[in-house]
Amino acid sequence: MAQSKTIKLRYFAWVRERIGKAEEEIAPPADIATVAELMAWLAGQGEQYAYAFENPKVIRAAIDRNHVRGEARIEGAGEIAFFPPMTGG
Amino acid sequence: MSTIIRLQREPIAIAAEVEKLVGARQDIGAVVTFTGICRADEGGAPIAALTLEHYPDMAEAEIARHVEEAYARWPLLGALVIHRYGRIVPGEDIVLVATASSHRQAAFAAAEFLMDYLKTRAPFWKQVEAAGRSAWVEAKSADDAAAERWSAPPRRDAAK
Repeated sequence: MAQSKTIKLRYFAWVRERIGKAEEEIAPPADIATVAELMAWLAGQGEQYAYAFENPKVIRAAIDRNHVRGEARIEGAGEIAFFPPMTGG
Repeated sequence: MSTIIRLQREPIAIAAEVEKLVGARQDIGAVVTFTGICRADEGGAPIAALTLEHYPDMAEAEIARHVEEAYARWPLLGALVIHRYGRIVPGEDIVLVATASSHRQAAFAAAEFLMDYLKTRAPFWKQVEAAGRSAWVEAKSADDAAAERWSAPPRRDAAK
């Protein structure tokens, strides 16, 4: 398997609390192509991740500070963020 | 056009900010300002404070994208969005949106558009402090519906 590039992940609100950190660098396997696949992979990285991503449908994502959907490809991403639906304003 | 976008921890000096937006211009005939204020209750229960978490770089970029969209949709002469983060107690302001135009219709519509999008697209999350405990505020489907109506293509059709 090809060596994959590291990606910076950032977590906000209860996603951050459940995982127990605000950010980290990861190198997912090269066959992880989309945001949805990345969430599924992260959910298998331990209890806290499983808890954070237990209902992936409610989790929103952004690649390089732009909102994206689950089918968005992560190739070339520098920073991917996961967070709950927003409640500002 | 003058545009002011800022995230800050401090309370918002509303009158001074609106004055900056208008400046010495004499082509502005209407300024609509919306101020979001922290209520003393959430879902019927009293609260001690709100804490707003945000995604700093993205929040500014996302607000800027919606301000650009507002300029594209309405003949605006200025737009201002100031959003606070951190701990906010009841009675304090949370957000200020102001839009300036020659006439009121564009200013009203653009202010509402910006607020509807801020609620659902700007990366901020409210946490409520009540009875010594903290809880995340859940997103409301009514807010999604409010933002959704702006995605319909005809834009100046006021018919509902």
